[in-house]
Order: sequence, then structure tokens, then C-alpha cells
Amino acid sequence: MDVVIWSRIQFAMTAAYHWLFVPLTLGLALVMAVMETIYFVKKDEFWKKTARFWMKLFAVNFAVGIATGIILEFEFGTNWSNYSWFVGDMFGAPLAIEGILAFFMEATFFAVMFFGWDKVSPKFHLVSTWLTGIGATVSAYWILVANGWMQNPVGTTFNPDTVRSEMASASAFWEVVSNPVAVSKFFHSVTSGWVTGGVFVVGVSAWYLLRGRQKKFATKSILIGGLVGLVGSAAVMISGDASGVHAAEFQPMKLAAAEGLRDGGRGAAFTIVPGIRIPKMLSFLATHDFNGYVPGINDILAGYTDNDGNEIPSVEEKMRRGRVALDALATYRSLRDSNPEAAAQARAVLEENVQYMGYGHLSEPEDVVPPVGVVFWAFRLMIGLGMLLALVLLLSVWFAWKDRLPQMRWLLWTALLCIPLVYICGQSGWVVAEVGRQPWTIQGLLPVNVAISSLSAGAVKTTFFVFLGVFALFLIIEIRILLQAIRKGPEIEPENA
Amino acid sequence: MTYEFLQNYWWVLISLLGGLLVFLMFVQGANLQLGNRALDDTQKRMVLNSTGRKWELTFTTLVTFGGAFFASFPLFYSTSFGGAYWVWILLLFTFVFQAVSYEFQNKKGNLLGKKGFRAALMVNGILAPFLVGTAVGTFFTGSDFTVDKLAITDPSSPVISTWGNGWHGLDALAQQHAVLLGLTLVFLTCILGALYILNNVEEGTIENQMRRTVRIAAIPFLFFFLAWAVWLCLRSGFAVDADGTVRMEANKYLHNLLEMPVVLGMLLVGVVLVLWGIYQGAFTSSRKGIWFAGPGTVLVVMAVFFLAGFNGTAYYPSNTDLQSSLTLSNSCSSRFTLQVMFWVSLLIPFVLAYIVYAWRAMDRKKITAKEIEGTKDKY
Repeated sequence: MDVVIWSRIQFAMTAAYHWLFVPLTLGLALVMAVMETIYFVKKDEFWKKTARFWMKLFAVNFAVGIATGIILEFEFGTNWSNYSWFVGDMFGAPLAIEGILAFFMEATFFAVMFFGWDKVSPKFHLVSTWLTGIGATVSAYWILVANGWMQNPVGTTFNPDTVRSEMASASAFWEVVSNPVAVSKFFHSVTSGWVTGGVFVVGVSAWYLLRGRQKKFATKSILIGGLVGLVGSAAVMISGDASGVHAAEFQPMKLAAAEGLRDGGRGAAFTIVPGIRIPKMLSFLATHDFNGYVPGINDILAGYTDNDGNEIPSVEEKMRRGRVALDALATYRSLRDSNPEAAAQARAVLEENVQYMGYGHLSEPEDVVPPVGVVFWAFRLMIGLGMLLALVLLLSVWFAWKDRLPQMRWLLWTALLCIPLVYICGQSGWVVAEVGRQPWTIQGLLPVNVAISSLSAGAVKTTFFVFLGVFALFLIIEIRILLQAIRKGPEIEPENA
Repeated sequence: MTYEFLQNYWWVLISLLGGLLVFLMFVQGANLQLGNRALDDTQKRMVLNSTGRKWELTFTTLVTFGGAFFASFPLFYSTSFGGAYWVWILLLFTFVFQAVSYEFQNKKGNLLGKKGFRAALMVNGILAPFLVGTAVGTFFTGSDFTVDKLAITDPSSPVISTWGNGWHGLDALAQQHAVLLGLTLVFLTCILGALYILNNVEEGTIENQMRRTVRIAAIPFLFFFLAWAVWLCLRSGFAVDADGTVRMEANKYLHNLLEMPVVLGMLLVGVVLVLWGIYQGAFTSSRKGIWFAGPGTVLVVMAVFFLAGFNGTAYYPSNTDLQSSLTLSNSCSSRFTLQVMFWVSLLIPFVLAYIVYAWRAMDRKKITAKEIEGTKDKY
């Protein structure tokens, strides 16, 4: 396998691994902030001990999240050198802003939250707990602005003198920050983190109830955690709907792959699983119009007319024009100093075709089709599990509220088993988002094969396997430490009340 | 705001972040004390918990330094990170292990044991300053790379920045001048770490050991720093003409010092502050040495960055192809990006203010053995 594949595998692994820790950070931060707020209002030691128990688990998880986040930042440069130059002008800014606005907030107030119980006032401590979570959330916003831009690159133009995409105007940054794809991704990802936090808290608490331990702690935790998870579930569905509309608008190929839609049309049906379809539903989900046009994979390859009446050329035509643009760029660069007139001509040709320049790097039209099976099933897994998790959360909260949960062992077992499922759900979502936009690192602008660094496949392979070993080690250690802490339990006496 | 002003402004900020990063690497330096045989386990734990409340600031500064460099000078990010692959990957690994080591080291079930994770902290304590120092050292020695923006139109080898040899950054270890700066940083951060612990922890043996560390580490620090600085003044450097052409100029960095009196002043004041901090830690009973040596370090590092980038100098030069060398103007982001980030950067004082506020609230009382043995809030 070549360096492109290994670079992709390495980045995919790092990102997926990072996403094991981030959603729990986002969700647990909210759960424990709510708990500490109750303590602050009621001054009841029970709530302090409850919050502190979840904070202990939070801290273990947080450490690995931080450790893996920096790897992603570095890998943009180490493994995606061309990418870093080609879009660094746009892409670097949210990363820098994330550092300045979010990471320092997280780091500073995490230390106060973790070590500060006896050092600062209860009010300052409470504020610190909230700011730790807010910092994590703000950080999510900026990194998703960066990711959203990769899916829908607004606000930039190609500059042939610097050979990169550049911010088109000072106000263009606002376009980038308010990119609808980024906004819906932010809500979708953060609230999916609340679901993760909720399912985790409910699942762990269910274990205590199954063991007949810490009944009050477990029931109250299920109420708070479950409610956070339920609010998250509702928000995930709403923002998921927006994500579907955006995919239809900006990344029709991703939507076609997620639906396994070979041939599209008006009034397209939604496939629940192969063989079971809801008529016209896909058109409605994608365009909010039962008769809206949804292009299938073959339509996109062959060219089609979209809902606004625009003629979308075939991929072959886009590739041809992309090559014209690349040739014009080469001509422009070589004649820029010696023959300004010819250079200006080349530049005009470039500008005429530049919107398809990324396609000029492809070798055949089928390159634009992502692995359909993977995206199709990941999409179904995400939705199916998401609905199951919402149901389990709802039942858990309801019966916890009615104080009947300890007797419902089947529900407690289900809640416990949902912990791995919530991770599979979140990972599936990212598979849809990221595998679904292959071959593009930047939609339509830069395919993966020209985004890489000039390294040997062996070098990347080496780092991949070292990372794999380190990640596996950290995961095993983290799980062991979490299990130890859970077995020990919160320091609330008596244990069996 | 002109484009040139914005480029310079961002170089100043990168330099400031670099300076703060080296100062905050007192965390790395102090962690070397985990290998100090004169300290018992409680004392080591006091050191660990003292740096444990600060390491995230250092880490975040590193991340922000990287992010800001990426955002303001992306060609450096793509050329150096993608080219000097192994140096950055190695640095990355030591920080990744460091990030989990605090939380993991004292927990049951951690597989590698307390010793394993403390060893990881010490490896980070040596390698992090060494690699950062050596990497910055190559700002003056040059590296083996070429930049060809037209490459992106060539499907068979589309990468713009390519490294000239298979060592991918490890070749910097053969650049003795760059290595001297790496060694300088190892001993400097060791000193800063000892001065910080002296200020943050109250315990007799620790105090004696920290003062001893400062006395011992000061000698190699001064030796390596002076050797590096003298060599810097003697060597020829990478000058940029008004039209952007890069050429070698004898004693370029000495000229930069003399032609930029402000930088010379920063360097001298910084060095005096560092020496005064060392003196206080080594030979007086004061615990405040870090408040001189720390800011002194920031000033010196900033001056070093200014020497590399200002006064018509290529800050990331190529030995292989002079004209591939990176200058502030050929490697920076577009005017609009730098401008937007300029506005964002105005929030930095606010960020610094809450960091200082939280730091003071947490450090009002020095760490004592009694506290570490009594509290549950510890690593």
C-alpha cells in the first residue's frame, strides 16, 4: 500500500480514537456541573460527593483526550503537508483561535476544579467546573468550524501567485465561522456528547443498582445523567436533520452513498434497510419537499440539473476542465515574469476553470464515489442505535423517577450494555461524515492523493503501528483505572442505602 | 494595517508564545527531580503535584504555539512538520506520554507502574527541551529541503515541500550548532524547574536539593549558551534582499544584533535576569529566583526569534536551495487571515489575566508535606 493509504489510515485511527474520549468529556462535564450546582444551591454533602465521583472518572478520560488531540494537530503538518499549505491560510486560523480561546480556559479551570476544593471558594469552584465544560464546548466549535469548512469550503478563493486557497475578504471569515455545515455539525457533535455522557452515567449507575449498592447515588445520577442524555438525543435528531439537508446541498455524493442511491430522481424513496422503503421520504429529508430532486451516484457521474435549475456538469467534464485549470496554472507560473501578456491569458483560462481544479487531480470519474457499503451501513447503524439509546434513556429516567428501577433488572442490564453501543453510534456518525466525502480532503478542491507529505510509505507505516500500540495501551489502562474507580465507588455512607 | 506590519506582528506573537513555552517548560525541568536519589517518595510526590497543577498550561502553550504558527506561517508548518517528520513525531510522543502520566502514574491497574510513568515524565523532561531547542537551532544553520509550488500541478509528485534526505529531521542532530541550542535548553529548563519548585514547595530537603541543582546545572547551561551565542555571531547567515532573493552574508546575525538595538537590549536584559534568578536560587535564601529567570527566559527567546526573522533574514533557511528558504513574507498567511487573527489576538491579555488570577488563587499557600499526605486532590 502506498503513502496516501497509510496517511489516511493513520489519521482516521487518530481521529476515531480521539473521538472515544471527547464525547464523554463534553457530556460528563455537563452532568457534573449540574450536580455541583445542586450542591451549591442545597449545600447537601451528598451532591458534592456525587459530583466528585463523576469528576474522578472525568479526569482519567480527560487526560487521554488531551493527549490525542495534540496528535491530530501535529498530523496536519507531518502527514498532510500539501494540505497545510494549500488551505493553511483558512484552516490554521480556527485552530489558533481554539488554542487561545478554548484550550487555556479548559486547562486553567480544570486544574482549579481538580485541585481546588480546599483552596478556592465554593463559588469560584463552581464557576471553574462550568468553565471547564464551556472551554471544551468552545473548543469543539472551532475545530468543527475547521471541519465544516473542509466539507463546504466557503469564503476562500484560489490565488495562483501563492498557489493556495486564501480568505477572500476580511468579512469572509464571518462566512467561515457561520458556515451552516459547521453550525449543524457543532450542535450534532456536542449534543451527541451529551448523549454519551448520559448513557455512561446511566449505565454505570445501573451497575450499582444491579449490585444493590449506592441506591440513592445511583438513582439520582440516573435522573440527572438521563435527562442530560435525553435533551442531547432530541437535539441530535434536530441537528441531524439539518445535516441531511446540508449534505444534499453541498455534498450530494455523500448523501447518495449514505442512501446507496444509484439512480436518483424526484420523489426519491428512503431506504430503511434494503427492501424496506418509505416512498418520497428521501426527497423530503434532503430537500424538505416530497417531490424534490435527489441525484443518485450515476446522476452525479453523468451530470444533472439541480433543484435551483443549475446544470451540473458530468464528472468527466469537471475533470477535463480541472486539467485545463492545472495546465493554465503551470503556464501562468512559468510565464509570469518573462511574458506578462501570455501569463494574463493563462490566468484568465485558469479563472474560468478554477472551480473544478481539484477534479484535475483525479484519474477516473469513479474516483469521486466513496465506499458505498461502508457509508450506507454506518448511517443505518448510527440512526438505529441513536433511537435505541434515546428509548433506553427515556425508560431509565421514567422508572428512576417512579423509584421502580432497582426491580427492573432487564432494563438495568440493557442500560449497562448501552455503554459500548453509544460509542459505536458516535463512531458510525463520523464514518458517514468522513468516509462519505472521499476522495476529498477539501470538498471539490483537494483530493487525498495530493494532500499528503513527501514521505515513504514505510515511515508512515512505522508511526502508524507505534501509535496503534500506544493507543491500545492507553485504552487498556484507562479502562482498568475506570473500572477500579467504579468498583470502589463514591465515598457515600452507608454503601447499601 | 499594512501587510508587512501584520507579518511582523505575528512573528512577534509567535516569538512571545515561543518564549512563554520555554519558560513554562520549567514543568519538564522540574520533573527531572523524579530521578533525584536524595528525595524520598513523599518529596518526589510533592514535586509531581507541584508541576501537576501547571503541566496543562505548558501543554496548551505548545498546542497554541503550533496552531498560531500554522495559522500565520503555514508554509513553515507544511515544510518543517512534513519534512522534519521524525523530530516532530518524537516530540509528539514524549508529550503524549507526559499528558497521561500524571493521571495514570499513581493509579492501580496502570500496567507500567509508578516507575514506568515517572520515567516517561523524565524522558519528556530531557527530550522536549532538547528537540525544541535543536529545531529552533536550525533557524540559523539551515535545513535540507526544497519548496516548489508548481509541483502541485504534477500528478506524479504533487508535494510542494520536500525534504532532501531520508533522515527527515534527524539530520539536525548532525548540525552541531543547532544541537548546542538543544543542550542549552535542557539545562535552562532544569534550572527553571528547580527555581519553580523552590518557589512553590516548602520543604527542607527539597529546598537544599533545588539550590544544589541550580548550582550544578548553571555551569553546563552557561557553557552551552555562550558557545552557541559566540558561534552565532561568527557564522554567516541567510540574508533576504528587497526583491526577496536570499543570499549568504558573513556575520549576518551579529549585524542583526547591532542593527536592531532593541533586540540587543532585550537579549542583554534577559540574560541578566536569568543570571540574577540563578544567583538568587543558588547562593541566597530567596525563593523568588523564578520570577527573574522566567521573564528573562521569555525575553531571550524572543530576541533569538527576532534575530532569526527580522532585519531581512530568512528564518527557516534551506541549505540545499537558498531560494527555497522561508522568510516572513513568503511563508505567511494572506493579509485578511492575519488581520482577522490580529483582532482575535487582542483577547490574549484577557486570557493571561484569568490564568494569573487562577494561578494566584491556587498557589496562595505553598505545597507542604502535610498537604500532600492529607489531601485527596492529588496525583
